[in-house]
Amino acid sequence: MEKLLYIALFAPLVGSLFAAMYGNTPKKLITGLFTSTMLGLSMIASLILLFWTMTGNVVHVRMLDWIVIGGVDVPFGFIVDQVSAVMMVVVTIVSTMVHIHSIGYMDHDRSFNRFFSYLSAFVFSMMILVMSDNFLGLFIGWEGVGLCSWLLIGFWYHKGDKPLVKDIHNSPFSTLSPHSSISPAFAANEAFITNRVADLGMLVGIFIIYWNLGTFQYDEVFANIGSLSTTTIVAIAIFLFIGAMGKSAQFPFNQWLANAMEGPTPVSALIHAATMVTAGVYLVIRANEIFTIVPEVGMFIAGLGAFVAIFAASQALVATNMKKIIAFSTLSQLGYMFVAAGLGAYWVALFHLAMHAFFKSVLFLGAGNVMHAMNDEINIKKMGGLFKHMPKTGTIMIIASIALAGIFPLAGFFSKDLILEVAFGTHSYIIWGVLWLTAGLTAFYSFRLIMYVFFGKEKYHEYGYHPHETYGFVIAAMAPLAILSIVAGWTKGSYVHMITDVLPPLNIHLDSSTAWTLIVITTAIVIAGIALAVFKYRKNNSYFGEQMKDRFCYKLLANQYYMPHFFENVVLKPYLAMSRFSWKEIDLKIVDTIVDAIAKSIYSTGSEGRVIQTRNLSTALRWMAAGLLVLVVLSILLVSYK
Amino acid sequence: MILNDYLILSAILFCIGLIGVIRRKNLLMLFFASEIMLNAVNIGLAAISKFHGDLSGQMFAFFIIAVAASEVAIGLGLLILTYKRKNSLSLDNLQSMGG
Repeated sequence: MEKLLYIALFAPLVGSLFAAMYGNTPKKLITGLFTSTMLGLSMIASLILLFWTMTGNVVHVRMLDWIVIGGVDVPFGFIVDQVSAVMMVVVTIVSTMVHIHSIGYMDHDRSFNRFFSYLSAFVFSMMILVMSDNFLGLFIGWEGVGLCSWLLIGFWYHKGDKPLVKDIHNSPFSTLSPHSSISPAFAANEAFITNRVADLGMLVGIFIIYWNLGTFQYDEVFANIGSLSTTTIVAIAIFLFIGAMGKSAQFPFNQWLANAMEGPTPVSALIHAATMVTAGVYLVIRANEIFTIVPEVGMFIAGLGAFVAIFAASQALVATNMKKIIAFSTLSQLGYMFVAAGLGAYWVALFHLAMHAFFKSVLFLGAGNVMHAMNDEINIKKMGGLFKHMPKTGTIMIIASIALAGIFPLAGFFSKDLILEVAFGTHSYIIWGVLWLTAGLTAFYSFRLIMYVFFGKEKYHEYGYHPHETYGFVIAAMAPLAILSIVAGWTKGSYVHMITDVLPPLNIHLDSSTAWTLIVITTAIVIAGIALAVFKYRKNNSYFGEQMKDRFCYKLLANQYYMPHFFENVVLKPYLAMSRFSWKEIDLKIVDTIVDAIAKSIYSTGSEGRVIQTRNLSTALRWMAAGLLVLVVLSILLVSYK
Repeated sequence: MILNDYLILSAILFCIGLIGVIRRKNLLMLFFASEIMLNAVNIGLAAISKFHGDLSGQMFAFFIIAVAASEVAIGLGLLILTYKRKNSLSLDNLQSMGG
């Protein structure tokens, strides 16, 4: 089993290094094939490990000593228990399919090899994050994921900056414009810096743990966490959660996620489903022993999650940027996961994470196909009627959207409904209400997207596009994910049986009539949302009338609640002004002046002193005699002072 | 005669040599002046050695005489070469390394 663990962990690294060797050369198909094979290998190993852990086994290895100084003993250790096995399987399945899809999607890109190198490195970082048996190893994976996301979001770094215009249909801050962010480089930096800020919180949390418990190992930390004072535990929980907020793009660190849509679409699929945003949820699940002790922090997490759920879902209502709609839905679903985790239903959060990974990745891959067919057009209002040309992509995306909306018996139904039950069962009625409403909004905007893209009038003719279905192997890579988004929910029984070995069981008491009522009213609002989306489009061919578009609320949503403007004006501009001030006033006028003055004084002693070099030996001898005299006088003075 | 008289003689000789080094323009004269300075030091060493009953001072004086002799041999050789080249030994005519 140890060998399988190493295969699962290091196969992506081997693939990444192999592709990196061809980083600067023109496209070589072998890099795509090799990395995909390695990922497939890792997936198979992960699946075997999952079945192994299902029977209650845990694989725990200590690969190497890493830091052994005095009392500090941090190994490179890896653990595969039920939680990490589920994560590994989700990560590798989604990543493998994304790799295969990318072979088609990045077909014409001149940095094909580089792309696959980054993609596999991304998966490797995530595997380290998931499999590490201590907080420091987790942090390495955490940072590796951040680095790879930076590389991949800014993959098309050569694209220039878009101007910050006021026009709502062209501003990079608006979800109605074709631009997801100012530029890929800006989006990459934004993602990386936002994560750095949050990572500091996480690092502080880890330091507090070490300061108080003297160890980084999960098992030792969780065994002794109860001996600490409540204040310390609250501090640890809050700081760790700040790290999770950054990676999982919770408010107020949420801006980077939607802007990360500047990257290639398979990257978005990977970030949203497998390798990045789930890391925050995973951290909270992994550290559940800490969060269980402090339910106040849990309540905060749940409240924030519910807020983010509706906050993101509402922005998706009016957006016409296809990828941003899907990004907002990820944000919203992450909110759901944090609600579950915050309310103590950790395994429900993990379950939703897994279900979400399947249908969200396939939604993004489908969006990639559509964009590919439409010459990278991203505005859903310029599409329409694509189902006729892309029936397979259309079918898969509809399946994924139904799963996302949560209709029985698709995957989303099982997990999302469970979260609503948890919210109701723990008497968090406000959270339940928010999530219930969000479920309706989710159904509406998902099908708004489907209707705009695949049905109705064919608007793309006006823009001169000739859509075509993508390669067969790309569809074949999406099919397993689509099937999983249908059937994955059916594994709930065995999943619950397995996972409650390590995660606390549900502690809610709902009688069956209440549970059924909840299911019925949730399904009702979901179906209402879908029906509204479908019939309104059939009737009007659009959703929001012209008079609606002048209203404040429409502009508010289209401008992402003016959060980008807020950051631009309150954070970025003052920061720029401060940097300019430090540069012009402090650096140039104080620091540089001092350094220059030292250099200049030395230089001028040289240039002033060179006049004594008269080329005349006689003068030089006189100077020498004068120097001798000075030395003699000096030594006499020194002697007489003693 | 006490030690001080010798040392004063030595100092006077040294100053004469020094003034010669500073004032003279002819390289040959500079050599003479520097020989005077060396011998001023020799007098000092020999005197101190005598009054302290320690022979190392006189030994040093001999060494200095030996070194000075070889130095003069090389120095005079160089002087002759210089004179052949430049036809002059005046320092004012030997200005070649300017700053």
